[in-house]
Amino acid sequence: MPTRSDVERFLLPLGTAAVAVGVWALAVRLSHTNVFPSPLKVLAGLKELAGKGVLWRYVADSLRRVATGYLLALFLGVPAGLAFGWMPRLASAFNPVIQMARPISPLAWMPLAILWFGVSEAAPAFLIFLGAFFPIVVASMNGVRSVPAMYLQAGRNFGLGAPRLLARVVFPAALPQILVGLRIALGIAWLVVVAAEMIAVDSGLGYLIIDSRNAGKRYDLVVAGMLLIGVIGLLLDILVRQLEKLKTVRWGFQQESA
Amino acid sequence: MGVRVVTPAKVSIRDLSMRFPTDRSTIEVLSSVSLEVKDGELVCILGPSGCGKSTLLNVVGGFLKATTGEVLIDGQAVTGPDPRRIFVFQERGVFPWLTVEGNVGFGLFRLGAAERAERIAHYVKLVGLSGFESAYPQELSGGMKQRLEVARALAVNPDVLFLDEPFGALDSITRLVMRSELLRIRRAEKKTILFVTHDIDESVQLADRVVVMSTRPATIRRIVEIDIPHPRDLSSPRYIALRDILFEEIGLAHKI
Repeated sequence: MPTRSDVERFLLPLGTAAVAVGVWALAVRLSHTNVFPSPLKVLAGLKELAGKGVLWRYVADSLRRVATGYLLALFLGVPAGLAFGWMPRLASAFNPVIQMARPISPLAWMPLAILWFGVSEAAPAFLIFLGAFFPIVVASMNGVRSVPAMYLQAGRNFGLGAPRLLARVVFPAALPQILVGLRIALGIAWLVVVAAEMIAVDSGLGYLIIDSRNAGKRYDLVVAGMLLIGVIGLLLDILVRQLEKLKTVRWGFQQESA
Repeated sequence: MGVRVVTPAKVSIRDLSMRFPTDRSTIEVLSSVSLEVKDGELVCILGPSGCGKSTLLNVVGGFLKATTGEVLIDGQAVTGPDPRRIFVFQERGVFPWLTVEGNVGFGLFRLGAAERAERIAHYVKLVGLSGFESAYPQELSGGMKQRLEVARALAVNPDVLFLDEPFGALDSITRLVMRSELLRIRRAEKKTILFVTHDIDESVQLADRVVVMSTRPATIRRIVEIDIPHPRDLSSPRYIALRDILFEEIGLAHKI
């Protein structure tokens, strides 16, 4: 017997997805359209890509670029955000620049990225870095700022100096909010990699989509690429969400029971 | 040559005043408060909400600087927070990212591993949290979190504890249990305790002396000695008489 939570977690979403694919297939068949491929054609396209050996290579390339840019953003963004949150003066000094740079789509940097890095691995990684950096900085900064004064007071009371206070109170107290920022940033990184690969490189899932269109209008492969992007994006999100279940941060993600 | 009399005051509050500037005027929160607390004494500071009694405790704890006046502890002026004097908040003050053991051991970073473990074990047991060493605060009830915070404070072996309405967020039954727990712990570990509360019954149940504060700016209206031996009988005539005195001093009729 499936339990209620099994139904809610698996059967319901999978059922909905199955219905969506069914509607898709039916719509293509009834409308006799030739500008949108049927699910079966897309599946055949995926098989074709896998057979040619490019599928896994493209997936790996995209993931590697995301990892490079994202990890760079993580290792620079978290300390920067912690510093801004901890030192209000520093934040005041940098805030206008950050708030101005933040709404500029990473894609707007594309011409400069290609100019600087050429058609190379570095260009997409740089764009991903830009897309992920700001949400990580802002989440880390806000995380530090919203640490309850009571925790800081307790830390100081026990004789902690600034470095210990940061490591043992401020950082763990801000961690749940930092994780939320990391999750948002990974989503953005995955959006950016596809766009960047359409222009700056000749491999990866973004390149797959644009190349399938340009070289023979293979819309079955275009949609196959889109689906892959969606599925991998979902898996990445599920992966990051696992971090929220760690015991040291779980308190930040649950309503406290009275 | 006369013999100099040394007053055994542990905490000595001298003519404290506190004024906060606002946009248009200044708000006076404390007005020349003076009080001597003896070593090992449990003093309740009783007053209506917002009267400035928490401000007083924060000044004594070294977290706020008074406008005028000074606080001496063991004859030395208080200039900042100090691990020898620990502040206990309502149970929300425990660190949710640490286990019970992690919280109790929080202030013991200067000790070696063995001594640290020993102290943690001792205080976990003292406050009755044995078996919950690896639990996180969110898995504990309000009363257990409050015990945890008391254990965290006691573990660093302070000689003064400041408790700021520590049981205010607990239900009335748990509150009663926690008071007798506090008295039990106090028998085991002799500490000087300053306990801020707005609960008249709480002050009569716990205190050696009750300091009744006025509304803002807070001044000491009266100090009432609670001369009932422990364990205190909550229906004894003396208890009721002392409670009535405090009710009147606060300006409440004790009829509803």
